[in-house]
Order: sequence, then C-alpha cells, then structure tokens
Amino acid sequence: MRLEAREVVKVLGKTRALDGASFSTGDQQKVVTLLGPSGGGKSTLLRVLGCLLVADEGDVMVDGAHLPHEEKEALQVRRGNGFVFQGYNLFPHLSALENVALPLREVHGWTQEKARMRALEMLERLGLADHHTKRPAQLSGGQQQRAAIARALAPKPSLLLLDEPTSALDPVMTGEVLDVVSELADVGQQIVLATHEVSFARKVSDWVIFLAQGKVIESRPATDFFANPESQPARDYLAGLGRYR
Amino acid sequence: MARLKPTDTPTGRQTALWTLLWLALAALVLWIVFPSTYRWHWDAFWQYKNLFFRGFLTMLGISLVAMVLSVLVGFSLMLGGRAPWIPLRVAATGYVTLMRGTPLLVVLLLGYYGVVSPLNLCSALVAGTALLALFEAAYLAEIFRGALESISASQREAARAVGFNLIQTYRFVLIPQAVRRTLPGVAGELVSLVKSSSLLSVLGIEEVTQVTRLLNSRNYTALEGFIPLALAYLAVTLPLTWWANRLERRFAYET
Ligand SMILES: Nc1ncnc2c1ncn2[C@@H]1O[C@H](COP(=O)(O)OP(=O)(O)O)[C@@H](O)[C@H]1O
Ligand SMILES: [Mg+2]
Repeated sequence: MRLEAREVVKVLGKTRALDGASFSTGDQQKVVTLLGPSGGGKSTLLRVLGCLLVADEGDVMVDGAHLPHEEKEALQVRRGNGFVFQGYNLFPHLSALENVALPLREVHGWTQEKARMRALEMLERLGLADHHTKRPAQLSGGQQQRAAIARALAPKPSLLLLDEPTSALDPVMTGEVLDVVSELADVGQQIVLATHEVSFARKVSDWVIFLAQGKVIESRPATDFFANPESQPARDYLAGLGRYR
Repeated sequence: MARLKPTDTPTGRQTALWTLLWLALAALVLWIVFPSTYRWHWDAFWQYKNLFFRGFLTMLGISLVAMVLSVLVGFSLMLGGRAPWIPLRVAATGYVTLMRGTPLLVVLLLGYYGVVSPLNLCSALVAGTALLALFEAAYLAEIFRGALESISASQREAARAVGFNLIQTYRFVLIPQAVRRTLPGVAGELVSLVKSSSLLSVLGIEEVTQVTRLLNSRNYTALEGFIPLALAYLAVTLPLTWWANRLERRFAYET
C-alpha cells in the first residue's frame, strides 16, 4: 500500500492531536509503523488512516484514493479495515466465537453458518481452538488480544491497523502477540502498527513514520530510519528506549 | 455463625430467615404492648376478607401495568435525553428533572384534579396507574442513563471499529451491556413502585390501602386492617427485593 497525508489536522477536545501532519510512503509498503513519544499523535493518525476518525482539515490518501470526510462514507471504508487496540476491545458479554461471528453476520452480511465456520477457523489459527466458548473475562490478556486479532482479520480486511496491541501485556504475552503479527506480515497482510516495541518494529517494518507533537518528523524506509535517524527527537527517542532493552 | 465483613452479602436463605425472625419479633412486641388497652376485632375484619383480597389484586394489577409502562416510557425518555435533536433532548431531560423534584402525591393530585378530571379523560384508576408509571419512568430513565454511560468509551470505539453503525452499536453492544448493569437498580425501583401505588388511595381508587381504610372506618378497627395491609405489601416487595439482591450478586461476578 501507499499512504499519503497532506497538512492533516485533527482536534480532540482542546488538543490539536494532529497539527499539520504530512508524509508520503513509498509504493507497495506491507508494514508501516508509527513511532514516537506518547501523546505524539500515533493513535490519532492510525484512526484517521483507518477511517475510524475523519480529519478536520487536510487530505489523506490510501493507494491514491482520498479518504472521505463524511461519516456515512467513512463507515463504508472503515468496514474494509480491521482494528486492534491496546485492550478492552472485545465485547465482554459475548463469547470469543460470537465476538468474531457477530460482525461477520451483521456488518458483512454472511450467513449464520458461514460466519460460524469462519470464526472457528480464525480462532483456531490464532491458537484459541479450545477457548471459543469463553467470555473475554475468562481469557488471559494475550488470549484476548489474539481473539481481537481473529475478529479484525475474519472479514479479510485490506488493512489491519494495530494500536499498541501489546502495551497492556506482560513480556510473555507480548511475545505471543508479536509472533502472530510477524506471521501475518510474512503472509503479506498489509499492516499499520503503532508501537513502542522498537526492536520488533525494526524486524517487521517496511516504512517508519515518526511523529511528535502532532507533526510527522520523519517518514522513511525502515532500514534507513533505524540505521540513521535524521532528526534529534527520533535519535533521542531511540536512545531513550534503547537504554533499557 | 461466621462473622460477616461489611462487604460480604449474606445468602438468600440467611436473609429470608432473619427477615421472618424480625417480623415475628415485631408481632410479639405488638402483642405484648396492646392487649390491655386494645380490643382486637379480628372477626369484624375477617368478614370482609374478600373485599380486602380484591383490593390486593387491584394493587397487583396497578403495579404490573405501571411497571411495564414505566419501563417503556423510562427507556424512551433515556433515548430522548440522548437524541441529536436539541428540543427533544431538552424536553426529555427537563421532564425527568421536574418529575424527580416533585412528590408523587403532588403529581397525582395535580395530574388528576388538574388535568384528567376537568377534561374528563378517563377513570381515576386508569389515570392513577398512568401517573404512577409516568412518575417512576423518570427514575428509571436515570438508571438507564447511568448504566449506558458506565459503558466505557473503548467499548463504543470497539463497536465502531468492527463497522457497526449507530443503531447496531446500541443494539449489539450498548444495550445488552447496559441491561445487565441496570437490572438490580430496576428491580429496586419496582419495589418502590409497588409501595408508591398505596398513594393512589387519595384518588379514591379501591386498591388495598383504600379498601383497608374504608373497612377500618366501617368496623371501628385499626390494626386489624393495617397489619394485614403491611403483610400484603411485604408479600410482593420482599420477593422482588430478594430477586434484586440475587441479580446484584450474579452480575458482580461477571465483570
Ligand atoms: N479523546 C481525546 N480528547 C482530548 N484529547 C485527546 C483525546 N485523545 C487524545 N488526545 C490528545 O491528543 C494528543 C495525541 O494523542 P494520541 O494520538 O493518543 O498520541 P499517542 O498515541 O502518540 O500517544 C495527546 O496530547 C492526547 O492527550
Ligand atoms: Mg496511543
């Protein structure tokens, strides 16, 4: 995929969460990673790219197509994407199976039987074959995130958007989830990932967008970015994280 | 018996046992205090047990109809209070605020003698039931609103993220979760509705409180009517209370 943004502004409450963000990735990027300090605007940019939020000003393009500014059209584009957030994304009153199957039926119009088969297949692929009747509260944090990934992937989204999917997890569970993400990248799933796991980002990313204070500071191929960060904020950020890992 | 911490809830059976014990004790106290000064005329009251029972059924009927109505109206008021159209929102929240600030007795008197009776709209029974429902609906609307707002922003976002539109978000995510959180509060409010129905006696409706007052004045009795009256209300409210407590315990485990 190719992602582009021109002077994007998004105001949340009183904060300019995105404050004139502009960038353009190369063509055919499979995994685009958003890096930067907390509060820099990663989550907001990820939501705008996935059409979960619409920009107040500016222009966003995915593979050359402009993202809509109308909520109704945004919903249609959003339905072609899959999202996973930090935590609490599953619906707590539904079983893991129903969490995956319900959107297939109600949003994507699949039949009861087809949705159920697909949900079982996805849960099995994510190592949750024995847990499909459980409610989210009965699953570990890592299992919950894998179920959330199963739900996001089930309708075969063109874009999978992951917003710090491991930051609420302990190191073992983090490993479980990152393994899944890197397998998805290997089979060619298009991914936009916001994360603080820099060593993982270095391994899977094709392109890096570095954000701070609502602006894009660097937008470069991942190998270039990690080998030689150009800006001082990016250097500070990598050095700061590198100190303890 | 093990000592309970303030946060522990006793089992249903324990609660039932202690409630009965306290009732028995209250009866005993009445028995000891009154025999010298009070002449019991149970037979005079017993004669009219059928009238009393009919009053009891009227009370049950009023309560049931008002319960159903108040849940429907309360739910609509809550939705109205969240409507994107400002006039509707103001009307719904204003109604809830006014009702909650007015005593039921005043609502009944004003509603019946001020509106229903002069316009000859309907019988006192129908008017009283409707007014009771409209009154309780305001409280239920607040309970529903609280439950809905307690569902976190991340659940709303998750619903949007899987592609649900606004109606689907309410139908599949918000309302099912809100209902679970609402049930204990609603059950408690229904208990209060049953008790409040006794105020309908001021409109001359022959529900159980009014019947008891009529029988008492006819037979020159008092406690012979009021004691059965208290028991009649408890027969309805205690099971409701136990049910509410059970729901509360059950949903405490789920989250
Ligand atoms: N719902 C919101 N209301 C108000 N301000 C918000 C909201 N969400 C995020 N912000 C603010 O917007 C800025 C960017 O946030 P975010 O995109 O979440 O950054 P990041 O994901 O990089 O930590 C921050 O200053 C944050 O406090
Ligand atoms: Mg974030």
